[in-house]
Amino acid sequence: MSDRAMGRIGESVTRLEDPPLVTGRGRFAGDINLAHQLHMRLLRSPVAHGRIKTVDVEAARAMPGVYAVWTFDDIRDVPPIDFREGRIEKYEPFRQYILARDRVRYVGEPVAAVFAADPYAAEDAADAILAEFEELPAITDGADAPGAFDDAGHRTEADIVTQGYGDVEKAFAKAAHVIEREFVVGRHSGVPLETRGAIGHYDAAHDVLELHGAAKVPHRNREALARMFGRPLNAVHLFESHVGGGFGVRGELYPEDVLVCAAALRFGRPVKWIEDRMEHLLATNHSRQQRHRIRAAVDADGRLLAIDDTFFHDQGAYIRTHGARVITMTCGILPGPYKVADYRATGHFRLTNKTPAATYRSPGRFESTFVRERLMDAIADELGIGRLELRRRNAVGPEDMPYALPLVVLGDDVEYDNGDYVGLLDKALDHVGWDALQADLQRRRAAGEAVGAGVAMFVEKSGLGPSDGAKVTVDPSGAVELITGGASIGQGFETCMAQICADALGVDYRKVRVVHGQTNRIEFGIGAHASRATVMTGSATNEAALLVRAKALDVASDLLQAPADTLDIQDGVVFRKDNPDGPSVGLGEIATQLLPTRKTLGGREPGLMAEGWFHSDHQTYPFGCHIAVVKVDRETGHVGVERYVIAYDIGRAVNPMLVEGQISGGFAQGLGGALYEEFVYDERGQPQSVTFADYLLPTAREVPDIELLLREDAPSPRNPLGIKGAGEAGVTGVGAAIASAIDDALQMPGAVTQLPVTPQRLKVLLDGARD
Amino acid sequence: MKPAPFQYHAPKTVADAVALLAAHAGDDGRILAGGQSLVPTMAFRLARPAHLIDINNVEGLDCIAEAGGRLCIGATVRHAAFHKPVTAGPLGALLSAVVRHIAHYPIRQRGTFCGSLAHADPASEWCCVAAALDAELVARSARGERVIQAAAFFDGAMTTTLAEDELLAEARLPLLPEGTKFGFQEFSRRAGDFAIAMALVAFRVEGGRIADARIGIGGAEPAARRIAKAEAALDGAAPGKDAFAAAADAAAAAMDPMEDVNTSAGYRRDLVRTLVRRALEDAAAA
Amino acid sequence: MTEKTDITLTVNGRDFAVTVEPRRTLADTIRDDCGQTGTHIGCEHGVCGACTVLLDGEPVRSCLMFAVQAEGREIRTVEGLAADGALSPLQQAFIDNHALQCGFCTPGFLMLATGVLERDPDIGEDELREVLSSNLCRCTGYQNIVKAVKSAAATMKAGR
Repeated sequence: MSDRAMGRIGESVTRLEDPPLVTGRGRFAGDINLAHQLHMRLLRSPVAHGRIKTVDVEAARAMPGVYAVWTFDDIRDVPPIDFREGRIEKYEPFRQYILARDRVRYVGEPVAAVFAADPYAAEDAADAILAEFEELPAITDGADAPGAFDDAGHRTEADIVTQGYGDVEKAFAKAAHVIEREFVVGRHSGVPLETRGAIGHYDAAHDVLELHGAAKVPHRNREALARMFGRPLNAVHLFESHVGGGFGVRGELYPEDVLVCAAALRFGRPVKWIEDRMEHLLATNHSRQQRHRIRAAVDADGRLLAIDDTFFHDQGAYIRTHGARVITMTCGILPGPYKVADYRATGHFRLTNKTPAATYRSPGRFESTFVRERLMDAIADELGIGRLELRRRNAVGPEDMPYALPLVVLGDDVEYDNGDYVGLLDKALDHVGWDALQADLQRRRAAGEAVGAGVAMFVEKSGLGPSDGAKVTVDPSGAVELITGGASIGQGFETCMAQICADALGVDYRKVRVVHGQTNRIEFGIGAHASRATVMTGSATNEAALLVRAKALDVASDLLQAPADTLDIQDGVVFRKDNPDGPSVGLGEIATQLLPTRKTLGGREPGLMAEGWFHSDHQTYPFGCHIAVVKVDRETGHVGVERYVIAYDIGRAVNPMLVEGQISGGFAQGLGGALYEEFVYDERGQPQSVTFADYLLPTAREVPDIELLLREDAPSPRNPLGIKGAGEAGVTGVGAAIASAIDDALQMPGAVTQLPVTPQRLKVLLDGARD
Repeated sequence: MKPAPFQYHAPKTVADAVALLAAHAGDDGRILAGGQSLVPTMAFRLARPAHLIDINNVEGLDCIAEAGGRLCIGATVRHAAFHKPVTAGPLGALLSAVVRHIAHYPIRQRGTFCGSLAHADPASEWCCVAAALDAELVARSARGERVIQAAAFFDGAMTTTLAEDELLAEARLPLLPEGTKFGFQEFSRRAGDFAIAMALVAFRVEGGRIADARIGIGGAEPAARRIAKAEAALDGAAPGKDAFAAAADAAAAAMDPMEDVNTSAGYRRDLVRTLVRRALEDAAAA
Repeated sequence: MTEKTDITLTVNGRDFAVTVEPRRTLADTIRDDCGQTGTHIGCEHGVCGACTVLLDGEPVRSCLMFAVQAEGREIRTVEGLAADGALSPLQQAFIDNHALQCGFCTPGFLMLATGVLERDPDIGEDELREVLSSNLCRCTGYQNIVKAVKSAAATMKAGR
């Protein structure tokens, strides 16, 4: 047997995805062109809140190359976009129609759609639409007192979401100390490099509606589209191609997706829409904006007796597919790695005249980790206990595991599976050489530099159940096809799944072709979100591959005249363990023997294939800590990150190189949210961050190399492979750790209360301290 | 985000270019040089010129020459031309120090020195250079040629005193005398972004005293300009902390800074103080 | 709409006769008229760099040029990097160092780095980072992109 890398679990092999992507042969939504397609362009609202007075499309309709122009009247029969989890009656008034009806509620809301022969002509025609709006006052702050949202009687407060346990008031009454703070997280979002795209196509020959350019949750979106258009599920199919980054925002069902489908059905021609960057910054889900008023009751030793958090979640103008997911998540995960005896979280779900918000990588955790870790710093500072010591005193210990909380995250009861949180913190501190670092920082501060370090701990969650399935087939050539209902958003899904399949089956991972995001290939699928894919789809893949393996060994046992348990499979060849160089048979040959026409089939089902399912009652809870070292320029307010360490216990890494990639990429996004990125609005609700010159993605000069301490000390007991998710660990703690480090650098405990920490804001803090 | 339609003209000579400009100026005719600022505004449809007169193929505009104690920079000389010093004296070093701050490498391959001046973005590094060094700007039109002093050229944000039928054919910068020290500092949120403020300083030291001080500020006000009061604080003073602080304070005090939703006037004013001082320190240390 | 003109673009050594409006960007023309969709469009205002191509050897934003301006110039795109099926050292280094995730920004980074390394294979670390800050990546955090370009530079030097 050769000893080259087969891509077994744990090997950092190169990705199957890469060859087409480095040679320009990828196929992204923009690269898909169907014969006779039309191009859609939207006219979007220029005002944050207003009544539509007129939308005159006559001139636009008459322009060369224009096929049709739609306003709300043309799509009256299409219902508003529903929630992914089904009906939620109290949020129904806040659902978005695919074109604005009567009134517009945010800048960027689709008002009219042009369909033309070419994107240039479509934009010319959209420009020629004469639309007038009666501008109404805009609500721009989700923390304002609740009031009327529109004249249909709806209020700005769509809901108040609460979670908690115990008797919080009693705990506060007996507390030695009460610490109360306000923290603000800025509005920012995923902003993938590829904008969204959608191509609707009606295949009249088979009566199938197709949507190309799907991502993230194709199966869920198929269900939604089938409901909206009154079609059976098997007459709607979604197709994922290459996807230029997801991060939570791409792949949700948006008005534009429904519009291209509606138009394709009505026109009998394919309809293509490619979002431009300005539209993306106005129209694709925003995220994160919350204001927390949090208080903690602690005893004389700094032990957390209770946390009481009231927060305001700025949802923007509509409630999209996620419903209240981010708010519920924020409530459910805020306690994080600490034991909190009594707990109450109250989330005010507030509508404003801004772009609708939903999930962005690490939803609810980036926010709550910032808030909780700032609170922990504040308690430590106020009680004169070290910031690290306070965390040690309060952390959930390995002896407490599994640690159940009467809280809910993604509809799943919270129960941390395992892990030694303080142990990981200690390893991280060891790695950075904490004591020497502190001495060095002190020396530099004494010499006038503003340098400091900060630490943040967190618990992640991954692998949301309940079920996922996968199919593995070996064909007579020995090639393996793995069909999943997962989605590839650039994270290395294909390679990971191929490795899990290869490991279980005994083949080279390069032999495995991974299918994802094609609803016509598999009935069910969870897609790629909530760091579920590797845990759920990976475990299902493992099950399916093991079943195929068993079937192959069964057939081989006949062919090689040896009991199955004496056989092994390596590199696609079955052989006797006690005689590796003896007689053998390839998987392709076995597949041939299993053709339906073969006599060798015996009583078996035809085909070397199997479907595997994995079921899970609880999520897995990976955990980690971030350590930041920053230097502040007191004069300009600039913050530079000198060093950044992430320690993360992933349970078991399928491909450590890809995990590291996930975490360093996540870190860059977290850094964006901590220091650079913000969707700013003026008082009229006009967005100010609508170009890449105003919405600041960090570049290679802002993002330092991280040091990753990847641990596999706590494999999850909740799946046979022991794996936990990797997608979000790099993001979660960044705001918290950077904020803490800035405090330290300035020697101003509790200074940072708002993200992003822009130079302008930091200067205000410094000037305030000076005056 | 596709540009609105326009008629495209690609003249080969300056005479043809200015004739086309004269013919179409009234009809929103615009010069297309590097296009790195104009084309984005066309993509956003903030600019919709009916005619574009592309001067990239015009002969003779892409040269840099020295004449009469000045460096003459033609209309299609790209930013990237200054990556390496174009002249042996202090000016060449100054320009190659500044050019690194202009946007990013690929933008510098296309964008032009004169195009930046004509576009007159408040945050343009070249505008700051032109103002600080008193550039002479050569405007050509079908009517003839005139030379505009930098101080009379910039007329607010994105506005110059070029007439609509005039092409900025050349910019002339003084070859700074040997011994001229300079420093350039700018501050932006990210590397390569439009600066929130910038300072270019240059001076000589004669007999232990500062002479010929120049302080140009860009990014903070609608147009870049020299700050006479700050220069006065330097001329005749001994180079060092006190003089630099006085000049920095004077520059900050002279500012009437722009404000926007992210940035207050006070922040920009403080920034100017810091950047002037740091630029002076850099100059002294060079 | 305005009158279209016939032009010939030379992309990766091949001539493409296309008919375009003057306003048609080079990026759109390379993709839709020449069918070379490896060049990606990420912002259309010159910031993200996904559309970077080499124009007479220098990296430029193809969204900030009109196709009519590129006639007679030598255009290179990501499709032209591999020679006879063999990946360029930079392409290989991107795979080996996991310098891409979604791959959308990758063609732009490959063309940017190719242009820069061909001009200056001895480029220093700081200057390299400065050049690489020209383009945006949302997946990798840049760490592995910098690593890959450095490793390719070493390979290219060893092969000189």
